[in-house]
Amino acid sequence: MTLELRNVVKSVGAQTHIHETNLRLAKGGFNILLGTTLAGKTTLMQLMAGLEQPSGGEVWFDGKNVTAVAVQKRNVSMVYQQFINYPNLSVFENIASPLRVAGMGRAEIKERVHRIAELVRIAPMLARRPGELSGGQQQRTALARALVKDADLVLLDEPLANLDFKLREELRDELPKLFVNRHSVVVFATTDPMDALLLGGHTATLREGRITQFGPTAQVYHRPADLVTAQVFSNPPINTASVSKRAGHVVLSDTVQWLATPELRELPDGTYLVGIRPHHISPVANGTGSTRLDGKVQITELSGSESTIHFQHGPLHWVSQSHGIHAVEVGTTIQLFIDVDRCMYFSAEGKLVA
Amino acid sequence: MDGKTQNQMGWLFVLPVVTLVAFNAVIPLMAVVNYSVQETFGNNMFFFEGVKWFEQVLHSDRFHASLGRQLFFSGIILAIEVPLGVAIALAMPRRGPWVSVCLVLMALPLLIPWNVVGAMWNIFALPDIGMLGRLLNDLGFNYNYTQQPISAWATLIAMDVWHWTSLVVLLAYAGLSAIPDAYYQAAKIDGASPWAVFRYIQLPKMRRVLTIAVLLRFMDSFNIHTEPFVLTGGGPGNATTLLSIDLVKIALGQFDLGPAAAMSIIYFLIILLLSWVFYAVMTRGEEQ
Amino acid sequence: MAKISLENVKHSYLKRPRTPEDWALKKLDLEWSDGGAYALLGPSGCGKTTLLNIISGLVRPTEGKVLFDDVDLTERPTDRRHIAQVFQFPVVYDTMTVRENLAFPLRNRGLKASEIEQKVEAIAHMLDLDEMLPRRASGLTADGKQKISLGRGLVRSDVNVIMFDEPLTVIDPHLKWQLRSKLKELHQRTRRTMIYVTHDQTEALTFAEKVVVMHEGRVVQVGSPVELFERPRHTFVGHFIGSPGMNILPCEVSGGGVHFAGRRVEVENPPRGSLAGRHTELGVRPEFVLLAEQGIPVNIVKVSDAGRYRIVEARCEESRIKLLLEEGVSLPASNAAVRFDPAHTRLYADGQLLE
Repeated sequence: MTLELRNVVKSVGAQTHIHETNLRLAKGGFNILLGTTLAGKTTLMQLMAGLEQPSGGEVWFDGKNVTAVAVQKRNVSMVYQQFINYPNLSVFENIASPLRVAGMGRAEIKERVHRIAELVRIAPMLARRPGELSGGQQQRTALARALVKDADLVLLDEPLANLDFKLREELRDELPKLFVNRHSVVVFATTDPMDALLLGGHTATLREGRITQFGPTAQVYHRPADLVTAQVFSNPPINTASVSKRAGHVVLSDTVQWLATPELRELPDGTYLVGIRPHHISPVANGTGSTRLDGKVQITELSGSESTIHFQHGPLHWVSQSHGIHAVEVGTTIQLFIDVDRCMYFSAEGKLVA
Repeated sequence: MDGKTQNQMGWLFVLPVVTLVAFNAVIPLMAVVNYSVQETFGNNMFFFEGVKWFEQVLHSDRFHASLGRQLFFSGIILAIEVPLGVAIALAMPRRGPWVSVCLVLMALPLLIPWNVVGAMWNIFALPDIGMLGRLLNDLGFNYNYTQQPISAWATLIAMDVWHWTSLVVLLAYAGLSAIPDAYYQAAKIDGASPWAVFRYIQLPKMRRVLTIAVLLRFMDSFNIHTEPFVLTGGGPGNATTLLSIDLVKIALGQFDLGPAAAMSIIYFLIILLLSWVFYAVMTRGEEQ
Repeated sequence: MAKISLENVKHSYLKRPRTPEDWALKKLDLEWSDGGAYALLGPSGCGKTTLLNIISGLVRPTEGKVLFDDVDLTERPTDRRHIAQVFQFPVVYDTMTVRENLAFPLRNRGLKASEIEQKVEAIAHMLDLDEMLPRRASGLTADGKQKISLGRGLVRSDVNVIMFDEPLTVIDPHLKWQLRSKLKELHQRTRRTMIYVTHDQTEALTFAEKVVVMHEGRVVQVGSPVELFERPRHTFVGHFIGSPGMNILPCEVSGGGVHFAGRRVEVENPPRGSLAGRHTELGVRPEFVLLAEQGIPVNIVKVSDAGRYRIVEARCEESRIKLLLEEGVSLPASNAAVRFDPAHTRLYADGQLLE
């Protein structure tokens, strides 16, 4: 079961919402669309579902061209951010609705609904109306309705965004279990890189209607193809700066430089962009290639398990994230350490080089 | 939405309505346009006259007078009903048991058939036996709407205000209900006076709704026929002969189909133009 | 600026509450001192918004008193309590410019034009809204509008407390941390009392010096972010704070020692008296569950790569144990075993920390 987008473009008037896109999504595992709010995730999902027609290109499913097929004829389910349920039907009826439309028998409907309700842990609420349920329970109902149909394509558009922090964590934990052993292609849109990392599968990073990279999630995270991908896949934002490489050294500023990694040494001397993830800068030296950096503290954020320090080094405004509690005074200059072995280097155009 | 997937079923559903509208509106409209450019001497003989009727109507004093009266009428109606409607909507409770009661009371005048409204006021305002007429005369006013133009106008306006303000009230109320509580809370915290709350929160948020209310009231008041006709018949003399009444007189009374048809078309174009002006003015701030 | 106290406050939205569930807020006593940054943290429905509204005066408590600087303000309406509030979605006066928005509360209080001008400029500068001042407020993005809401509270010098009701709800996720940092910076600069209501622990723990954790209308624990993280006094707090939350594992207490999965475990707070009849549990954060050569045998069920670290889900008998692995540390292929760091493993009885 595969979903393919071939040269799909979507423009409305003079504006291109989705630039030419080629994508191949398989079943088994989540296919995550990661990007900021207006990056085009929802539009892309609508194109996949058939709710919108592409201005150019084709949509193929399982080897068949489905571009012109109406969404009602395709076997698609969708779960939205806003817990969409039929307000005057009970939870049971809500979950049963797609089965009734398909004309299934009463006994079979009952069996299926109960099975899915157990899976989604909403069985005790079957007799109630969505209005009486909490946010998390409403979203589970919507999920159940999407699952019971056993659709070929399941689209989840930021389904966890409106949930409480802890609930989001729980549901994020449970979601993979719900979709295991299914034949559907599952697509999950989110703005949170953490969602992508914890759900695993494959990730496509989007910015301004373009997919910058698509691949196994860990790979896209650890080896981004370009700076844009690294930026999309980072929260807090990745630290970037212009550095020059000369004679085996990487120079960031007058006071900070380090030895180039073997990989980088292969490349010609010149100016590059370095990308350093916040958790690779720490107020504590940790051995492996720690290069010292002085920074003037601007803001500190302590959250028990993590300390986030916003500091300034010359013209750079960077962020450091470290484990534990590091209470530093705002306005003081402190020492920070960069784990230079984990820096990423990009060419001037933004492509990953080392 | 462009390029929706094929759905021919939709056309089947729409077909009966399209047929109906075609018969009842489009075809008669075409007939009117036809009449407006032709002259007839009866016996179904028609001669093409071009724009003669249009010129005649546009230059006729009678038309100018009716138009003037009509504009005056609509102007007063808008000036009274819109602020009054908004004021009543502001006074209505937003929560609690009385909400439904108020809404029903407001809806009542709108439910009465228009000629019944006209008839009601006709009797109600009679100077000798009508409750209102008698009361006013007893209070010392020299009131007789069948004989005095001013009384006739006053009664006409009072009737329309009574009949139609509720529409503005209901629309404004709907607009007000859509304002989230947080705005009022924030205004309280900012120490805003009730007038400031009205000016900076309620009025701006009601803008869309008020646009609709103004457009509807303008068009309906400009079109008005039944109520004034039943109330005064256009009298005394032609003091309350509004455009629609005049038009009917010419078309059906004098059977001058040509001028009447031309007048109809001009009438329609005036409404279209003024509505467009209203709409443009009221929504100009929207695109930012 | 004021000290705010709540005495014996209870609240129900029903006219005649009967069962404990009918009470949105069960009895609580709280005190907030001047100039602090506080957070009310809890899941949806825990009563935090109700509490906020009681402090601001939008809701009158069924029972109890609200005091500002020891003056009973329970009966006083909102506009006379000298508070400012930033709501869940941005509230701005659409027809006014940003400047006029910020000036509005001061104009209503009759300040002189020159004073108003000065204050507005100062606050706009603090909020990075200088260029936006002449623009119409309706044209700004959500985070800009929230800043205006906040600005209207900051311009006033008579404000006792500024309250935030989940203010980042409508903000773009990738802009949230910016506004969060900005709020913290503003507090550090102006030292006004600020109370922040949220269900997001990151927001609460980052912003506040003291966090009030609430659950089902009760205050479960009050403490600094560090205290709440290191020493949760209730298993709910342990679970709720920290991502992933604390591991809560069933254990037995016998012979003066604590036992889990048949093995003896060292805890930071060993039991002294008898714990017969009480439901005992072990609490240990995933950060403090360590891989060991010898220890409690576990089966590794799942490994998730969270970038900075990896979350390992392990199973021991019926219990799920989560542990964190830093980058570069490897997992044994088979026969994995874990141990708990004694300094950070605690014993809980009936959900409460044993002290």
